[in-house]
Amino acid sequence: MTLDAVLDIVAAGCLIAGALLSLAAGVALIRFPDLLSRMHAAAKPQVLGLLLVLLGCALRLRTGVDITTLVLVGVFQLATAPVAAHMVGRVAYPHDEIRRDLLLTDELAAHIDRIRADRTDRPEVSDAASAPGRG
Amino acid sequence: MTVVAVTVTALLTVASGLTLVRIIRGPSILDRAVATDVLLAIIVAAIATEAAYSRDATALPVLVVLAVLGFVGSVSVARFAVRRDPE
Repeated sequence: MTLDAVLDIVAAGCLIAGALLSLAAGVALIRFPDLLSRMHAAAKPQVLGLLLVLLGCALRLRTGVDITTLVLVGVFQLATAPVAAHMVGRVAYPHDEIRRDLLLTDELAAHIDRIRADRTDRPEVSDAASAPGRG
Repeated sequence: MTVVAVTVTALLTVASGLTLVRIIRGPSILDRAVATDVLLAIIVAAIATEAAYSRDATALPVLVVLAVLGFVGSVSVARFAVRRDPE
């Protein structure tokens, strides 16, 4: 058994594992009850699934410049996925679409009034700030 | 490798179908943003699988563009949802 065959088999395993994680996220998006649990499931193909697929792709291609591109994609995804998830979760928090009865700990509960007040103030500020730049 | 390609294609097709159902039904715009992010990750996985299957690196720059696009998309949707909310 040559090294090429071994690398191909490992790459096939990585690709199938990544696809299975994507399928798990698809099922979870349908079945999970609220936004926060769906975000939990959505992070699986975005980080681990994508890294597994990129690893499988790199093991098949095996040239330096292609692996550099794949590493770039992986690093960028690792850097941006938490930021996007944080912004979505922070916007969703003070609304009713989050099932608070499912939360084990809610560390922001003591500040919910301040967050709501902040949320009602902010649009005027952002509108005033963005109005001159828009024209 | 053909068996692997067919298996991965079937798994990703089912996954993207379920994600599309959530994009259509999703009660809030944030649900749709999260589901769109997942759909984009599935598309990246599909393109990378195609590149791995045919040993052809032509499509790899598309992956970089898609990674940037997913981040910009969900962040701008989150900003838009904040501004629209009190009206």
